[in-house]
Amino acid sequence: MHTVLSPCAAVEMIPPLIVRTALERGINLLAITDHNASANVEAVMRAAQGSALSVLPGMEVQTREEVHMLCLFDTLEQLADWQRQVDAHLPDLENNAELFGEQFVVDEVGEFVRRETRLLLASTRMTLEEAAVRVNALGGLAIPAHIDRKAFSLITNLGFVPEGIPFAALEITRHITPTQARQRFPQIGDIPLIQSGDAHRLDEITGPMVLTMEAPTTAELRLALANRAGRSAVLLRRVDRSEAGDDISTLAPPVSEPESL
Amino acid sequence: MTLQEIVAQLNLTCLTKPRDFSAVEIRSGYASDLLSCVMAGARHHGIWVTLQSHSNIVAVAALLELSAVIITENARPDQETIEKADEEGVNLFLTDKTTFWVVGKLWEMGVRDR
Repeated sequence: MHTVLSPCAAVEMIPPLIVRTALERGINLLAITDHNASANVEAVMRAAQGSALSVLPGMEVQTREEVHMLCLFDTLEQLADWQRQVDAHLPDLENNAELFGEQFVVDEVGEFVRRETRLLLASTRMTLEEAAVRVNALGGLAIPAHIDRKAFSLITNLGFVPEGIPFAALEITRHITPTQARQRFPQIGDIPLIQSGDAHRLDEITGPMVLTMEAPTTAELRLALANRAGRSAVLLRRVDRSEAGDDISTLAPPVSEPESL
Repeated sequence: MTLQEIVAQLNLTCLTKPRDFSAVEIRSGYASDLLSCVMAGARHHGIWVTLQSHSNIVAVAALLELSAVIITENARPDQETIEKADEEGVNLFLTDKTTFWVVGKLWEMGVRDR
């Protein structure tokens, strides 16, 4: 989800309110993924300290093809390294807050620290593949975001899922079920899916996925998404019930038929 | 209008293996950087103008049997993409001009069907 650092996020998206809302909704794990930025991640992690909520450090990077991709890590050090790489590939443009929105860096109680003056709603010069490879090299997960959207989406912008790029999963919006997604975009193949709120406002904070894992880490998340080693990932309920049934659907790739001898 | 005339008049750089394009007739064109729209909207055997240089452009062009892809604003694709285009028989061209300029020229030359 986003914080007030993302120009398109509401001003209420400050660490204590994000943490409180998530806990109220029974959420135990979330990832902070601001646009090409990460300066508020530590503040959210601090705000969640001592609570039942775990926070994965992350970012939503915009690649050269204008594809949005979630980058999830385990530590702030990995994220800082990734941020340096992104910064080196971002155009040096100034944000126009009136047009795009404010970009605030805040502390763990939500107090103003500074304005991010650089335009974050921009494409890095990294290609999708380059970004995914770099995130993997740092030990992170590369997950193209909201692939069923009409903009900034892997499927919309590039037509289909390119082969050979190390994606840990693909994210679908709450307007589609995993089954529908696999039917509509057969090229997803055996890549696991995730569904999340992509929250830009507090009322969009939802926890549609039930993850069975030993610990809140990216390695465990990888196992859960693959439905391996006793870990699992299922979609508990439909957030938007108007468009489809509310059956429990697995986010892992379909199990292939055992090979006959 | 032949592809040969278009290449000459627009001063396009041929990225893939140069051929004689004088037998390739172009009647229709399409411009978009969103490949999903191209797949849905471009006509077979037409010409496609884009500044998208991701390797998926080759698959889309091959799928639609497009006669040519013009990549604008010098957004040169990587070597692998060019090699893939050669394998698939897709003709890739490069120009430093904008998509707007290229489409305007094509329209002037009489390429007016969608």
